Amino acid sequence: MYKRGTFTIESNEPLTAAVWRMVLAGDTQYIVRPGQFVNIALDGRFLRRPISVCDCEPGRLTLIYKVVGDGTADMSRMKAGAELDLLTGLGNGFSLHEGVQRPLLVGGGVGVPPLYMLARRLLESGARPTAVLGFNTASEIFYADEFRALGVEVIIATADGSAGVRGFVTDALNGVDFDYFYACGPMPMLRALCSVTDCDGELSLEERMGCGFGACMGCSCKTADGGYKRICKEGPVFRRDELIINN
Amino acid sequence: MDTSVVLSGWRLDNPVIPASGTFGYGAEFAEFYDINILGTFSFKGTTREPRFGNPTPRIAECTSGIINAVGLQNPGIDAVIERELPRLKNVFNKRVIANISGFSVDEYAHCAERLGREEQVGLIEVNVSCPNVKHGGMSYGTDPVHAAEVTAAVKAVTDKPVYIKLSPNVTDVVAIARACEDAGADGICLINTLLGMRIDTQRRRPVIANTMGGFSGAAIFPVALRMVWQVADACRVPVIGCGGVETARDVIEMMMAGATAVEVGAANLRNPYACKEIIESLPVEMERLGIERLSDIIGIANQNK
Repeated sequence: MYKRGTFTIESNEPLTAAVWRMVLAGDTQYIVRPGQFVNIALDGRFLRRPISVCDCEPGRLTLIYKVVGDGTADMSRMKAGAELDLLTGLGNGFSLHEGVQRPLLVGGGVGVPPLYMLARRLLESGARPTAVLGFNTASEIFYADEFRALGVEVIIATADGSAGVRGFVTDALNGVDFDYFYACGPMPMLRALCSVTDCDGELSLEERMGCGFGACMGCSCKTADGGYKRICKEGPVFRRDELIINN
Repeated sequence: MDTSVVLSGWRLDNPVIPASGTFGYGAEFAEFYDINILGTFSFKGTTREPRFGNPTPRIAECTSGIINAVGLQNPGIDAVIERELPRLKNVFNKRVIANISGFSVDEYAHCAERLGREEQVGLIEVNVSCPNVKHGGMSYGTDPVHAAEVTAAVKAVTDKPVYIKLSPNVTDVVAIARACEDAGADGICLINTLLGMRIDTQRRRPVIANTMGGFSGAAIFPVALRMVWQVADACRVPVIGCGGVETARDVIEMMMAGATAVEVGAANLRNPYACKEIIESLPVEMERLGIERLSDIIGIANQNK
């Protein structure tokens, strides 16, 4: 179920040079699973901006977004008290599975945020997640402490070696014990991850979207069963065996 | 106050029709509002075989508009008849516009014949104007001879009214509309999207994987209005106006230019309630303009020029 709602900005602050956190107040009842996203209307921009839900509690929504273009730059200039028009409850989100004890969370850059609410839900269910978070460089790291504060074991990888393990998330997996994985990040990261593990898991995909609710067919991907799925509607989260991951 | 209009004997409660390709087969919007308030809607362009469409990215944002290069992704006519139409029945109790596309005259005829047998279908909209597929689509709609050939083939296999959806990417849209009318078309729908493109200046390459796509949205409204005017002036059959419509005032403007009904496309993607809001504000706008019966204003600007 998805609906349009008006949300009020409570805070909007930078976490790194390009990554911002926006906390909004409004009706969050349609956001029911971690990994779902919202679609934000911006004045003067024809299309909405799809942003994954970082965290959500009744009446309050946390989004983390990267300034990559004019629309997200507009967002970074918004002040507390301003109102935004959001479509909420979009996408399927991650699934929690009984019997999974040691889930692995793999996030790359701005793919990290949706794993935060997932980590909370996993901990509540009694699982003990480990998070491997990849960034380009130490100054781009965000939310590692927030994951740790939840009680999640966090392993950092940076491409330039300025913090944690030097290299990509796949270079930081040695010795990590896991029985399921959840991943969100750039496609090369998702491909690399699938090439180093045979474990079952779920991947959250990204694509340029028209509507975000399944009407325009702008964000479709081919699936392993020979058909196709809409990333905004049947996704953005897919089981790895649903997808065609070309290594 | 009367908002009803009549398309080839089919009475619509109001002239507002979500355009093909922006409304799927109705289910997604039925979650936002009761879609029975619509005049009707035009479902996703359907072909004989299932189609994945073009590679992604398929979407590029523009000032007051959007470029898409979806490429007629659809589940194919079997799935539409066996799955989508029955599913639609649960949320929509009016008849629908069946938008069909093809890569050969035979394919158009096949789709028209089968969808023409469905009682849920009110009229058939023949898309000869998709800019996103090779060897089909727009190539039939940019030449009067080919457009007439498709029209005649479709008319020969169905009793449902046949409307031809035309491309703006032509030198003389009137010549093509007339050719369709002469070949038996019951009406004309225009315009489909304008061919356009964007470049990602950081990556130094086109935004759209397919390089070019169809441009739609508020920016194209004046072009659409002008073509509706020209075709309504030149043809006797009804015209469905389409292109950049976002408000009740746009609907009225289209009708004053000669449109009998009006399709709303890209606006649905940004604001899923766009058509609901237009329908709710139509009576307000009519009152403001002193319009008692909406059908009275069809083409009125042409009489007053």
